[in-house]
Amino acid sequence: MVLVFAESPRGQFKKSSYEAVTYGKKVADLLGTSCIALTLGTTKDAGELGRYGATKVLSIPDASFDTFDSQSYASAISEIAKSNNANVVVLSHTSTGKSVAGRVAVRLNAGLVSGVNSLPTTSGAALRVKKSVFSGKAIAEYEISSEVKVLSLMGNAVKPENLGSAVTVETVSVASAKGRVRVKSVKTQEGTVPLPEAEIVVSAGRGMKGPENWGMVESLAATLGATTACSRPVADAHWRPHHEHVGQTGIAIRPNLYIAIGISGAIQHLAGVNNSKVIVVINKDAEAPFFKAADYGVVGDLFEIVPRLDEAFKKFKAG
Amino acid sequence: MKLLVCISQTPDTTSKISFNANGTEFNAAGVQFIMNPYDEWYALVRACELREALGGTVVALNVGPAANETTIRKALAIGADEAVRIDCEPNGAGFVAKQIAEYARAENFDIIFFGKETIDHNGSEVGAMVAEHLDLPYVSYASKLDLNGSTATLERDIEGGVEVLEVDLPFVLSAAKGMAEQRIPNMRGIMTARSKPLKEVPAVAFEDSAKAVQFSLPPAKAGVKLIQPDQMDELVRLLHEEAKII
Ligand SMILES: Cc1cc2nc3c(=O)[nH]c(=O)nc-3n(C[C@H](O)[C@H](O)[C@H](O)COP(=O)(O)OP(=O)(O)OC[C@H]3O[C@@H](n4cnc5c(N)ncnc54)[C@H](O)[C@@H]3O)c2cc1C
Ligand SMILES: Nc1ncnc2c1ncn2[C@@H]1O[C@H](COP(=O)(O)O)[C@@H](O)[C@H]1O
Repeated sequence: MVLVFAESPRGQFKKSSYEAVTYGKKVADLLGTSCIALTLGTTKDAGELGRYGATKVLSIPDASFDTFDSQSYASAISEIAKSNNANVVVLSHTSTGKSVAGRVAVRLNAGLVSGVNSLPTTSGAALRVKKSVFSGKAIAEYEISSEVKVLSLMGNAVKPENLGSAVTVETVSVASAKGRVRVKSVKTQEGTVPLPEAEIVVSAGRGMKGPENWGMVESLAATLGATTACSRPVADAHWRPHHEHVGQTGIAIRPNLYIAIGISGAIQHLAGVNNSKVIVVINKDAEAPFFKAADYGVVGDLFEIVPRLDEAFKKFKAG
Repeated sequence: MKLLVCISQTPDTTSKISFNANGTEFNAAGVQFIMNPYDEWYALVRACELREALGGTVVALNVGPAANETTIRKALAIGADEAVRIDCEPNGAGFVAKQIAEYARAENFDIIFFGKETIDHNGSEVGAMVAEHLDLPYVSYASKLDLNGSTATLERDIEGGVEVLEVDLPFVLSAAKGMAEQRIPNMRGIMTARSKPLKEVPAVAFEDSAKAVQFSLPPAKAGVKLIQPDQMDELVRLLHEEAKII
């Protein structure tokens, strides 16, 4: 059996949870077994996970799971994995998943590969699975030989798919493991898709000259339903908030489309974005290193190009 | 205050990455190795700041071969009081975590610091594993840490926001940007680092059941397609029809 832990922060599943269930279902098919999803805490519509391929959803609606603690989560996930004889446990490679995956692996005496980005292959009783390493500069294939295997799935690596099956939702409980972390508050930006989950990212760098010029970037992002990002010097200079900083020291992202405006493409910047499916670079310097990593490039003045591109997208959306 | 900072050694960020001919091993020839940036800039510096403010000891720990001692000395130069090297090849996150946990178990550290991830394996695995081995709370991606007696207040990066939380000592954390500012070791630090204790500890036997067996380089990009600045409709068309992402 493949057990997928589907996160539901503040009662809502995330896109990454649907991706994890889709992935878990495909791993289950590969192994000729079924896919069960687990949700912790109050969850709006647990049955929804059936659409992505879970045949059963186990729900532990204990309010103590409404705030996150790696110990209580890991103990619940491991207990359910054991009682259901899970061969593979799938988590999302999110802030929650990263805090929990290692703990679950230790508890289950399992080999762990985190941040996997494609379906595994079997090699006897072992699983082989790939992930990106060296900040996107290489790919490593891991072999997991333990009886139970733990995988965390990189965001945007698979698309949530309608693999619909009849689903049963069962409320279960676990021996209570009290978390020792006391969550005081959770602050999130409302209304925008968080960078790690964004499918389109519009990002700008020092070529923008100053924070007062960001209107055109925000307008382009709004047209595309994209999330905005920036290079490190831009965040360091407080032109933009720190949570927008992408790259090696900031957030690593892998959107479908990354539009880089007035960013030179330093290796530390690329480390956070070069897993994007398609990269568009707008830079007045034809020698800017970013063009080497780009799929599409426009050489010219961003102050003219960005509004024009915005108009072109608007026209496309309208027609 | 007894603080442990786990430091790993990684290729420099600008290194060209290559492997041996059959793709089974990283090619270290000509590669410059550094202390993993998150371990150095954020975890180690914040631990030193706390020691400076509250007294105590900062121990830097590396699981690795003798060749890593230059990196370990740098941690001492930045401000760690002593260092420990667990002598072995660091083969896998599970293996490394087991070594760290076995060492730390008897030492009763108040806080065990990790970096948010190593820039070579990009795992974010070791900290959570050590926390589980030691049955301690774990706060990952901490961007702020303050202490008030035996209670710590932390901010933790989550998708699109931050979580503010409290936890009592002892606990384990992984450090992200924001926790501290990078420090360049000064001359005095470098001099005193030479005489600070660096203890070598034997490794315990442990078989990691997840192993990297094959490496490859990502397929080369086809090359950039340039679009004239006055042809933005054409760019949109290509993104729609060719790249199929809008
Ligand atoms: C250890 C380390 C870690 C780092 N981590 C990160 C990280 O995580 N993320 C990150 O981004 N950086 C990081 N950096 C910094 C990185 O090396 C670069 O300095 C940084 O990415 C440069 O930012 P930028 O491209 O915005 O600015 P610049 O390099 O100054 O580039 C600005 C670009 O804008 C173009 N431009 C200017 N005017 C116009 C115009 N009118 N129209 C069109 N184009 C124009 C220029 O041609 C230039 O290419 C790190 C550095 C180090 C040493
Ligand atoms: N060989 C090692 N020795 C000491 N600490 C390590 C080692 N490898 C990893 N770490 C620590 O574990 C953190 C997370 O590593 P990883 O799980 O590989 O991303 C790093 O930032 C270090 O703090």
